[in-house]
Amino acid sequence: MTERHEALGRALLWLAVAAIVVFCLFPFYWLINTSLKTGTDLSSANLVPPHPTLDNYTSIFKDSAFTMALRNSAIVAGSVTVLSLLIGSFAGYALARLHLPFKFLILAILLSISTFPPIAIAAPVFEIWTEIGLYNTYPGLILPSLAFGLPLTVYILASFFRDIPRELEEAALIDGATRFQAFRKIVIPLAAPGVVTAGLLVFIFAWNEFLFAITLTSTPDRRPVPAAIAFFTGSTQFEIPLGTISAASVVVTIPLIVMVLIFQRRIVAGLTAGAVKG
Amino acid sequence: MEARAARLRPARRARRSVFRGERRLGAAMLAPSLAVIALVAAYPIAYAVWLSLNEYSVITPGLSRFVGLDNYREALGSSAFWEAMETTVLFTVVSVGLELVIGLGMALVMHRAFRGRALLRAVVLVPWAILTVVTAITWRTIFEPELGFVNTVLSSLGLPGGDVVWLGEEGYALAAMILADVWKTAPFMALLLLAGLQGIPEDLYDAAKVDGAGTWQRFRSITLPLLVPAITVALIFRTLDALRVFDLPYVLTKGANGTETLSLIAQRELVTNRNTGLGSALAVLTFITVMGVSFLYIRFVGGNIRALTEEEQ
Repeated sequence: MTERHEALGRALLWLAVAAIVVFCLFPFYWLINTSLKTGTDLSSANLVPPHPTLDNYTSIFKDSAFTMALRNSAIVAGSVTVLSLLIGSFAGYALARLHLPFKFLILAILLSISTFPPIAIAAPVFEIWTEIGLYNTYPGLILPSLAFGLPLTVYILASFFRDIPRELEEAALIDGATRFQAFRKIVIPLAAPGVVTAGLLVFIFAWNEFLFAITLTSTPDRRPVPAAIAFFTGSTQFEIPLGTISAASVVVTIPLIVMVLIFQRRIVAGLTAGAVKG
Repeated sequence: MEARAARLRPARRARRSVFRGERRLGAAMLAPSLAVIALVAAYPIAYAVWLSLNEYSVITPGLSRFVGLDNYREALGSSAFWEAMETTVLFTVVSVGLELVIGLGMALVMHRAFRGRALLRAVVLVPWAILTVVTAITWRTIFEPELGFVNTVLSSLGLPGGDVVWLGEEGYALAAMILADVWKTAPFMALLLLAGLQGIPEDLYDAAKVDGAGTWQRFRSITLPLLVPAITVALIFRTLDALRVFDLPYVLTKGANGTETLSLIAQRELVTNRNTGLGSALAVLTFITVMGVSFLYIRFVGGNIRALTEEEQ
């Protein structure tokens, strides 16, 4: 009786696992399926493309708007990641380790910034950037993403710094290192997993950023991937080059999926560390 | 007494100078982050409020006049604003609710021990990692009237709905948008709840089993109550995001057919209609709506922040 009970439980568990896998992966499979179809196949709903072809892929890589978008996104998201790790690690260390007044307030303000609706700052930033010449430039795109990525970085890094035993730092201080040297040579290397976690989350966030990408750029040579894909979709709702747009969507998603598969553990740790959103 | 104070003084002075040094270092280390936040978040918010109090000439760029709260009066008096508010709130409540139920289900499955659990966790991260814009494209291909998966399946099974143009009809379009959002973010919810589940001591369940509690009873009286903090944080996060939603309706429907959210109508006024005053008023109203929830969030994670920033020893 109990054995049968257990076997039933096992079966139900695997059924649930299968349901989760299908739920999570099927829509993406459908996108890949669409990207492998051309011409008349596109207006049929086969589960497997009848005449699979990579034509859509070759055509998007011939499209300079797409390759430029990839380059723009790599530059913007890469810079946002490096900068937010650099200045965010300073702030995280100061908040986690130094004797300072108003630390609670500073971190609370930082975190509340990350909850701002981007639309509320898009218009003023647009006006300011136009005035000072940052509109349609890389720095103009990097700065707003940095403002939203920083709070996350600071929070994750602060919690990692706090877990590093103080004694290690104190030993360095006794050996004559300055506080900053101890931070750079002892704390940062020990907090490397935290740096990787924060870096991944910020990179994914910056790669995903859309509102500033469409509001603060005007030409393909500065437009990041999400904005370029939205632009592809054409002016009307139903006239879209579905095949190529699906191919482009697959291409920009692959790096993220590879990252997730490799760093699954780190990402989950970052997402749940104090439950700060990604 | 005197002597003791005198003995203490040099030590205290030394400590104080260490503190002063730390303060200087701390200020220097915080400065870059605070500068970025001030330049790209705090100042723009204040500027948005100022923009929303003025009227701008469309014909002569740069020409504006102070109109007080006129833009707010116009925004709050327009049916477009209230429709967007209704859409946003409906979208938030339904999608976050569904995400909680599905996310909890996924978390409970992932919490069980089985081979390939790590792989499942990676699979679950896939929708989360996909760009929101790509999510919208994906669901457009699924809801496409002719080649879309949904219509094909419905008509081949002879079920009703096979001829519905999902993204082209009011009601259905919002349902499609909710489905896309649930797909993308239920996994995120699941991972947060899974972390909560892993924090529940196993012996509580063993004790309950000894007392003869069934599966459902154990879930109701152990799992759920102990999961409340994780559920609360997850709900607040998702609510904050859902209220701000922009990319998804922008690419899925361009806000047509009853999917225009608060962020979307503000962006339309600002960018498409070049109506800086009214657009800014709408953006500020969106900001105020979100800030209410944000306040809850800060209160709830206040304990975490305090634990991170309070002095040790």
